[in-house]
Amino acid sequence: MAILLDAQTRVLVQGITGRDGSFHTQQMLDYGTSVVAGVTPGKKGQEMAGVPVFNTVQEAVDATAANCSIIFVPPRFATDAILEAADAKIPLIICITEGVPVQEMIGAYQYVQQAGCRLIGPNCPGLIAPGAAKVGIMPGHIHKAGNIGVISRSGTLTYEVVYQLTQAGMGQSTCVGIGGDPIIGTKYVDLLELFEADPETEAIVLIGEIGGNDEEVAAEYIAKHVSKPVVSFISGRTAPPGKRMGHAGAIISGSSGTAEAKVEALNAAGVPVADTPAQVVGLLQERLKA
Amino acid sequence: MKLHEYQGKELFSKHGLKIPNGVAAFSPEDVQAAVERLSSANPDLKKVVVKAQVHVGGRGKAGGIKVVDKEAAVDAAKGLLGMDLKGLIVSKLLVEEAINIDKEYYIGLILDRAKRKTVLMASAMGGVDIEQVAEEHPEAIVKVWIDPAVGLTQFQINQVIFGANLPKEAASFIKVLYEVYSSYDCNIAEINPLVVTKEGQVIAADAKVDLDDNALFKHAELMQYHDPAEVDENELAAKEAGLSYVELDGDIGCVVNGAGLAMATMDAVKYGGGNPANFLDIGGSSNPAKVTAAMKILQRKKVKGVLFNIFGGITRCDDVAKGIVSAVEEMGGIDIPIVIRLTGTNEEEARQLLTEKGYKVGSSMDEAVKEIIALTHA
Repeated sequence: MAILLDAQTRVLVQGITGRDGSFHTQQMLDYGTSVVAGVTPGKKGQEMAGVPVFNTVQEAVDATAANCSIIFVPPRFATDAILEAADAKIPLIICITEGVPVQEMIGAYQYVQQAGCRLIGPNCPGLIAPGAAKVGIMPGHIHKAGNIGVISRSGTLTYEVVYQLTQAGMGQSTCVGIGGDPIIGTKYVDLLELFEADPETEAIVLIGEIGGNDEEVAAEYIAKHVSKPVVSFISGRTAPPGKRMGHAGAIISGSSGTAEAKVEALNAAGVPVADTPAQVVGLLQERLKA
Repeated sequence: MKLHEYQGKELFSKHGLKIPNGVAAFSPEDVQAAVERLSSANPDLKKVVVKAQVHVGGRGKAGGIKVVDKEAAVDAAKGLLGMDLKGLIVSKLLVEEAINIDKEYYIGLILDRAKRKTVLMASAMGGVDIEQVAEEHPEAIVKVWIDPAVGLTQFQINQVIFGANLPKEAASFIKVLYEVYSSYDCNIAEINPLVVTKEGQVIAADAKVDLDDNALFKHAELMQYHDPAEVDENELAAKEAGLSYVELDGDIGCVVNGAGLAMATMDAVKYGGGNPANFLDIGGSSNPAKVTAAMKILQRKKVKGVLFNIFGGITRCDDVAKGIVSAVEEMGGIDIPIVIRLTGTNEEEARQLLTEKGYKVGSSMDEAVKEIIALTHA
């Protein structure tokens, strides 16, 4: 059992006929994910990699009982795509798109909450339950099924850490990229709760970066509610204040959002923080032995 | 995208907010003309404020704001133009009629990431850094969070006005500030200070506006406010090439795919005892032109060596390898050490291509970092 998805998850791709949507639909199918439908308005009746295309999400859900949506539409249409998925009551909505206007996300997040759905992202690589299903853009082959839960705000940095875990023989239960934007649908604490409750997850890796205070909030939550070992890596220790480091959310504003504050909060919660991504494996092995 | 004070005030004024009479100026001659214009609008004008227009906070404390007799405005301007204000060179000024400040307040709308809402904040302790007020006198700031489906309501405006002891005239300023904030997709819209003058007038004496870069595509009319002079030359070149780049002051160039890994690479260089020259994310695409653009920027920056750190996922290692080879060929060779770390999709093809051309390729990030530090600090 992984968190959030399994081999039975029925995936819908919004923006399936676009460049990224079509490419990753094929990649997800190759991984064994059950991609059951795609949506691109005006392209009903077409097929993409054997997957039927519909005009609207509701239509796709009615026809295929999809219960998870992954969104690849361009930024100016992404908010609407999220709203449409929530309107169709799709329980798990993953928005890969980078560059969604922040104020639009504030409204979209609230709408998704009120619809009783969960949003992951935007500006994220998605999630994967190794060996079961991949709903995202990460390279599947670097993962290995196992007992480590991974949560991260970043893409390639997560691949780096996952790759090293896999090389060390430490498989993953689920890896979730929560996104690099200032407003995201699912935060560390939401997933810490799920990983803590998941019998197959033995330990958790939390990969953070500068900007905001979600890592600090996570540290506080870990101290109170997480019994499983957690280790962390925080990027951006050398980032100058006031500069956006690639991700819209990776910015030190005034005195808030520094790597130091996050490392300090995590350490105070008993979470060791690696100095380099390569040290994560060692820290994890130590914690698992203890 | 940050706006200058004079640009923010222009937006406020368009929406009907009262701002001091003022004129933007870019030279001492402009300042002279500005003073004449202000004098003809107000024959009693005695004092003016000359304010440096750069994107830094605390301009007053840093000496970037001068209150002078109107006859001395040009001299004050000469002192300010070209001045280094916290690392930025002053090239733009705002010349305003001086106002007689009686009381100073703060009103601001900001994105609250933790609550995933916009927060309206108000305080009777205006005119100072609001972060400092938040630290020293948190009780002096009243906050209300805006429901995105409803928008800012009258009762919330009442809550902050009565809660923070603002003059009742502040209500219309808050309404307009919210209009500006929401219609232009701001991350921040602040008036600090909102001034009550000795004559009893309420006026927005400063304007801080930061626009959401993700939403700029909706507001073509605001692109006139983009000030390339405020952006580092290399950062500008990177942006044009579709790269995400931030200038740092070290000497080891870093070329990485992905923002998180790019930050982690800088950190690793520093941790290993070196100094990263930059943050650079070539993105998910494997376009060799991006690699070429990145190499040119680093060459201009005169770095001592370049570290490539590529984790091939969607990005294919062989595409990046081709980019490196063609970039170096296009530049007619390169005489600084290059260390290349590639792992993931099509790693073998990449390794073969680069080895044939005489490059050394590794697959461990830590070792690559050690090697570039050793080669550049020999």
